[in-house]
Amino acid sequence: MTALVILLILVLVVIILIQVGKVNELASKIRGEEEAEQQSNNRTALFCLLFLIGFMIYCVYTGFIYKDIVLWYGPHISASEHGGRIDHLFNVTLFWTGIVFVLTHVLLFWFSYKYRSQKGVNQAYITHNNTIEYLWTGIPALVLVYLVAAGLDVWNDVMPDVDPNDDDYIEIEAVGQQYQWEIRYPGEDGKLGTRNYKLIDPATNNIGMDFTDEKTHDDLIISGDFYLPVGQKVRVRITSKDVLHNFYLPHHRVKMDAIPGLPTYFIFTPSILTADYRKRLKGHPDWEVPAEADEPDGPKRWEAFDYELACAELCGKGHYSMRRVLKVVSQREYDQWLKDQKSFYLTNIRNTEGDPFKGQLVKAEIASRSKDFLAAVEQAVSTPEDVSDDLINLEHVFYQTGSAQLRDDSKYELDNVVSVLNKYKTVAIELGGHTDSTGNAGANQVLSQSRAESVRNYLIQKGIPATRLQAVGFGPEKPVDTNDTDEGRQNNRRTEMRILTNNI
Amino acid sequence: MADIITVDRDDVLLKKEGFDDHFHDHHHEDKYKSNFISHYIFSMDHKMIARQFLITGMLWAIIGAGMSIIFRLQLGFPDESLAWLKPLLGKWITINTETGMGSLQPEFYYALVTMHGTIIVFFVLTAGLSGTFSNLLIPLQLGARDMASPFLNMLSYWFFFMASVVMFYSLFLSTGPFSGGWTAYPPLSALPQASMGSGTGMTLWTISLVLFVVSVLLGGINYITTVLNLRTKGMTFWRMPLTIWAFFVTAILGLLSFPVLASGFFLLMCDRGLGTSFYLSEIFIQGSALDFAGGSPVLYQHLFWFLGHPEVYIIILPAMGLVSEVMAVHARKPIFGYKFMVYSILAIGFLSFIVWAHHMFMSGVNPFISNFFVVFTLIIAVPSAIKVFNWIATLYKGDLRLNTPMLFSIGFVSMFISGGLTGVFLGNSAIDIQQHDTYFVVAHFHIVMGIAAFFGMFAGVYHWYPKMFGRFMNETLGKIHFWATLIGAYAIFWPMHYLGLAGVPRRYYRFDSFDAFGSFGEMNMFITIAAIVVFFAQLLMVINFFYSMYYGKKMTTKNPWGATTLEWTTPIKAGHGNWPGKLPTVHRWPYDYGKDGKDFISQLEPMAEGETEAH
Ligand code: HEM
Ligand SMILES: [Cu+2]
Ligand SMILES: [Cu+2]
Repeated sequence: MTALVILLILVLVVIILIQVGKVNELASKIRGEEEAEQQSNNRTALFCLLFLIGFMIYCVYTGFIYKDIVLWYGPHISASEHGGRIDHLFNVTLFWTGIVFVLTHVLLFWFSYKYRSQKGVNQAYITHNNTIEYLWTGIPALVLVYLVAAGLDVWNDVMPDVDPNDDDYIEIEAVGQQYQWEIRYPGEDGKLGTRNYKLIDPATNNIGMDFTDEKTHDDLIISGDFYLPVGQKVRVRITSKDVLHNFYLPHHRVKMDAIPGLPTYFIFTPSILTADYRKRLKGHPDWEVPAEADEPDGPKRWEAFDYELACAELCGKGHYSMRRVLKVVSQREYDQWLKDQKSFYLTNIRNTEGDPFKGQLVKAEIASRSKDFLAAVEQAVSTPEDVSDDLINLEHVFYQTGSAQLRDDSKYELDNVVSVLNKYKTVAIELGGHTDSTGNAGANQVLSQSRAESVRNYLIQKGIPATRLQAVGFGPEKPVDTNDTDEGRQNNRRTEMRILTNNI
Repeated sequence: MADIITVDRDDVLLKKEGFDDHFHDHHHEDKYKSNFISHYIFSMDHKMIARQFLITGMLWAIIGAGMSIIFRLQLGFPDESLAWLKPLLGKWITINTETGMGSLQPEFYYALVTMHGTIIVFFVLTAGLSGTFSNLLIPLQLGARDMASPFLNMLSYWFFFMASVVMFYSLFLSTGPFSGGWTAYPPLSALPQASMGSGTGMTLWTISLVLFVVSVLLGGINYITTVLNLRTKGMTFWRMPLTIWAFFVTAILGLLSFPVLASGFFLLMCDRGLGTSFYLSEIFIQGSALDFAGGSPVLYQHLFWFLGHPEVYIIILPAMGLVSEVMAVHARKPIFGYKFMVYSILAIGFLSFIVWAHHMFMSGVNPFISNFFVVFTLIIAVPSAIKVFNWIATLYKGDLRLNTPMLFSIGFVSMFISGGLTGVFLGNSAIDIQQHDTYFVVAHFHIVMGIAAFFGMFAGVYHWYPKMFGRFMNETLGKIHFWATLIGAYAIFWPMHYLGLAGVPRRYYRFDSFDAFGSFGEMNMFITIAAIVVFFAQLLMVINFFYSMYYGKKMTTKNPWGATTLEWTTPIKAGHGNWPGKLPTVHRWPYDYGKDGKDFISQLEPMAEGETEAH
């Protein structure tokens, strides 16, 4: 409705203006055209002058009121190491172009005013002046040479790829799709595994990781905010599943197209913690308002500030909504966060139909078990007075059915035991064999004893002194689960290691 | 009554000095005989074709600008109901049944943005500007009876017309017109699965633009041939007005670059229809992996911008030519540094072919290559600067008539400065990392190309209107139009620089999905209101245009502006063939204003004893 009213008003204004135009023309006919023209010329010249003044004031005024929203004046500064140089270049360019802008505008409109046609004043006949032409060719050329040199200096510092031998960077991957970003981290090995778009399945493998490549096994797909440590060089591998996108972090001066089939990259070093950037914004009137208009007592805008990842290449109807949040944190916090992330393969793919290594051990699994095992031992050793954590189940030690013969895949877990025993020279352990309750109790007792022995023998063979190792068979006596179900019995058949002493 | 003497002087000179090409002996009214259809519709008279281009261009301008108002409403008032547009837009406005809130579909928002860009760049500022004034002025200012091939010239218009029909038809498709941006980057433009508009809409878009390329080529060949071969006696290259130089170089640019665009489109069509992989590789979309392998979307961008950058100069050079001419006439002074102006046009024309990748700094091309493009891009700022300084120097010590065409010329220079200077930021690739695809770019090209070219066109329309229609446009309305547009255009586009510097990306349907972009609601509202006002100011011009055709002040003398150039020596209502008798013979350059105490000396005037040609 209001729109309609406004429209009507505008139409009315147009009609009135047309009438004014007609009347004016008539009036000038009556007054004599020449005089009318002279008058109008003077008036228009004055307008030119007024426009000049108004325009210059407008430029300065808007510059002043908007400077705090611009990303490098006021509270905002670049949040990456290279960004400051870009901003500096911008300011240098603004300085030189600003001079040209003001000078040319003043001359343009001042001349329009000054040299308006006036009775009795004739024009000068000036056709050209080569000296001045060379001057105003040369000076801009010099300034531009300077700007090019300064610009390329920055460009050639920022854009080249990392040296592959430079191990002081982390690489992450951003995959654009309509209309979201997938973020992948490389996991323990620091290497992003292979992808193949033919393997994409939106339900189970949205970016088409090729799990026959073991490098994918520890890769992390980040849901929610993604984290980067401050001061650490990051190489973002940027690519797309479908159409062009653009990886855009405005606060970090990072921008690069994401292209299907043609990975690109951008390298930058975050230099300001999210928390510190919030502090910078604190106290600025624009940022001291509630973040959500309908929650006046909720957090202030500055408290809710976050670095945002956006898309800056038209990719379809949802282009405007591809948001992810980046948190820049301390190295310690980053490590902690990283530890909490779970390998995509091990949590979602492992031993499903899509797992090419179904039923086989994979390196990532071995590594992740070793990590867990080491953590458990460390926990036990660091708290000698607390005995509750001294019993550790050797979950991945298996025997041939009905015999004490170790299966080959047990060696990974046992090698973990070897390495902790080598690390903690003072530790002695008890190896306990357990069975379920099915079958003959005596036979079970014997079997459990000999199974514990065979683990012990393995360790001795690996150079652990026999004195530090005791083997005990408990038979079915110490179940940890019910013996009424398959699963329970499975849990009861186990080998455990107990840390006996820290100090012999 | 001084005018009448001038008229006589022209006729006397034409008779005495004119060059007799036996016009009437040869053609004897047969070739140029006309009935209604051949006069107004399938006309081969360059003056009529010029008017056809102009009016078609104006219709497109209204459509294109109208679209921008709709999408500006979305950006400026994202939470206002647009239900009142439902009668116009139909299903593209969805009404929430509970709140009654009508909202613009994002698909259609992008379709509007895309159509706006395509229409304004190609149909209005290429066809409407260069098509109009090259046609009108090349034969008239060179002293030719018509274009080298009036028939191809006619075809050029009708190909443009067909392109228009196809594009217009595509607006009404049930899947909507093409919506992937005026640059039509694949894969978005190549895959119907990627976007609704990439289906039939895109097919029609491409067909339309291929027809358009044909139109440009037919026109361009004609312009070039005419300039090379049909200059009248005495019209050496160094005596051509700057308009002609500009049209000439524009036509060459078009001839060299549009075929590349057509090949780019051709490959795109192959990818779309024949399953080739020129631009496509390793795509998974809408639940299936496509077979394309080995193509590169970046290749398309190279082909597109190899046209795209020259295209922006195809748009601006004619405007520059018009402004130079209009400014000299109304400043009553020679254009300052005529030869430098010509050399700058040539330099810009040449350089515009080797800067295209500055649109692709962030497109994944090898960053080392960008070094060259930065250098060339910033070099192109030099001839641009020379032109600006020369225009300003032209005003110096002039005798300025500040009428509407002159005001638009001055406004053009202001716009070209403001927008050109931001080009210096963007051309420096390091700065472009941050500014690419933000509103800073939108501000840059709208000011330097959009508004500036429109200003050049307005200057031309107001100035040559009497030549085209035998009447004047209303001055008062013209001045109101000028001031509203100048102030309004800065009100629209100046704040966009700040938006860009705040990091706001272009081509966003709403800004509130991001905290960083969502807090400039007031500024967006202001911009939208300014856009609406400017739009209505343009309607004022349109009304003035059509009204004056019938009721405007009549032109009573042949040369109302006191100009030196040849178009003002033809009769007020010139027939086909332009000069009824002999062709004019040219004796001097076109900028003798204020020489030897005379207000102006026509190009027809022989050199006086001991007079030297001064440039
Ligand atoms: C001083 C000389 C100029 C320089 C250095 C320059 C530089 C640039 C650069 C580097 C871009 C790409 C920005 C980006 O997408 O990140 C650009 C965009 C653009 N420029 Fe210029 N420019 C200049 C003058 C002009 C002129 C005279 C015109 C037109 C008459 C023009 C029209 C455009 C257009 C249309 C675009 C945007 C195209 C798009 O992405 O949709 N520029 N300019
Ligand atoms: Cu996008
Ligand atoms: Cu360009």
